[in-house]
Amino acid sequence: MPISNPSVTIDPTLQTEVSRFLASYAECIDTDRLEDWPEYFTDDCLYMLQSRENFDRGLPVSAIRCDSKGMLVDRIVSLRNANIFAEHFYRHVLSIPLIHSVDDDNIVVHTNYVVFQTLLDGASRTYSVGRYIDTLTRVAGELKFKEKIAVFDTNQIATLLVTPI
Amino acid sequence: MQTIPTVDTDKFNLAQTLEDWPQAGEGFAVPYSLFTEQDAYTAEQERIFRGDTWSFVALEQEIPEVGDFKSTFIGETPVIVMRDEEGGVNVVVNRCAHRGAKVCRSLRGNVPNLECVYHSWAYNLKGDLIGVPFRRGLKGNGGMPKDFDMKQHSLQSLRVEILNGLVFASFSSSVADLETYLGPMASAAIRRVFNRPIKILGDERQRIYGNWKLYAENTRDPYHASLLHLFHTTFGLYRSTQTGVSKMDDKRCHAMLTAKAGSSSAADDAEAYADQRAFNSEFTLKDPSLLKGRLEFEDEVTLVILALFPNLIVQQIANTLAVRQIVTYGPKEFELVWTSFGYVDDDAEMQDIRIKQNNLIGPAGLISMEDGEAVELVQDGIQSDQNNVSYIGMGGGRSEDADHLVTEGTIIGFWEFYQNIMSGERKV
Repeated sequence: MPISNPSVTIDPTLQTEVSRFLASYAECIDTDRLEDWPEYFTDDCLYMLQSRENFDRGLPVSAIRCDSKGMLVDRIVSLRNANIFAEHFYRHVLSIPLIHSVDDDNIVVHTNYVVFQTLLDGASRTYSVGRYIDTLTRVAGELKFKEKIAVFDTNQIATLLVTPI
Repeated sequence: MQTIPTVDTDKFNLAQTLEDWPQAGEGFAVPYSLFTEQDAYTAEQERIFRGDTWSFVALEQEIPEVGDFKSTFIGETPVIVMRDEEGGVNVVVNRCAHRGAKVCRSLRGNVPNLECVYHSWAYNLKGDLIGVPFRRGLKGNGGMPKDFDMKQHSLQSLRVEILNGLVFASFSSSVADLETYLGPMASAAIRRVFNRPIKILGDERQRIYGNWKLYAENTRDPYHASLLHLFHTTFGLYRSTQTGVSKMDDKRCHAMLTAKAGSSSAADDAEAYADQRAFNSEFTLKDPSLLKGRLEFEDEVTLVILALFPNLIVQQIANTLAVRQIVTYGPKEFELVWTSFGYVDDDAEMQDIRIKQNNLIGPAGLISMEDGEAVELVQDGIQSDQNNVSYIGMGGGRSEDADHLVTEGTIIGFWEFYQNIMSGERKV
């Protein structure tokens, strides 16, 4: 991983576009528009939600690992129709997306996230803290995640994890 | 001055609870207090986890090299599993013999020896004390007593036995050897899965806010599988109409549920699940590659849940292989540590299959996530009425094996064993 040089100038328009894309992604989940969630990805995307414990050891096991948009859709269909879990709300809080590199095809960007979860008892708990290691690309001019790796520090998944991060 | 008497009529009494075990007619009952009372939990630590049992602590593959260590827990007691210069595996309590500090502070790593950070007491890879700074004092001052014997101050070392790469440890000097403790059924099931060198694929950690015994029940309960885990039902991965068996060892503390895929017809399922909320075998995956797998065992069994008393589940669900270790954190909280693995000789495609199917298991597993929820639903439900009891009766209400999965017999086996070991009535 190259060390990001903050003196490298990023086109402010691109920074704004990437920031808005990530904010929009988080809002999509937080407002329960989960059927739209797969649309933030390319058809042959990789979405991985993995513990830092495994990521740092280079081990493959992830909480969620989808290597196609179809698998993302299946996750949501399962969440809506098959899985049993406590009703809850997510609230994502994201850091400023740090663009690491830009080339003709890909934008590599790292963003910290915190997800608070609120259950029906009304208490909000820190559910997951981690970072996104994202590779964005353009499909018909629009940004999409070609790869989204969410690496979580919070290494005790409380009860279960069903809603994507 | 008038003294106000303390009300203690409802005070929990473990011995009495065990002795006056509630009757439930044809079925079986479990006092809710055993899931909530600190006294029960404290006694379990002594009589079960530090008692006459063998607890799983590691896969040998987690510590392949000399000096490799892993820190983990038996119940709530912190232990270190480490490999010494002779290749042996040692398990010691993670507590300095000096003032009780935790000696090992990392999850895993490699060290030439262990050293407590507080006063730098050093231990070798067997747990023997090898160094005490200023033992003979400094410039004539201080120093340990003249009769201080290094040999008397080692880390507390546990009995260790390994079966096909599974490392078990015990605090008990009287418990039978591991294989006798596991019995032929569980030993054979371990040899079946651990039939050749494994390769670890990663860990997952799930924190469940309920009593650990609710999970012991859950993993001995084939009745719930197709009713709670609807992903199974929806996609025909596993159904109660399938052939399966539910059996126990002679002591009835360990249990094994097995099933074969594809041994029930769609018509059978439609009939059996006609009244059920979400049965829909028409449901299709956009990307069915998730369910792509290989029949890899000659017996054609595609589901094994082997629950070993007190802290381990060995699972084979399709091509996912994993051990789940229970770590307790008080009467109302436990951690489930899932360690997934494949075999060293897996080809690239087989490894990809296992990694992809891992989406089915673990805390975010499409077919396993609900167990955490179910445990908490019970814990929350029983909290306010601890004098009440559960009712367990499916399959006849006795601790018997079954050649089907519509049973709770293995749960009852667990409780009968629990009652005995907690009362000190049974030698294991």
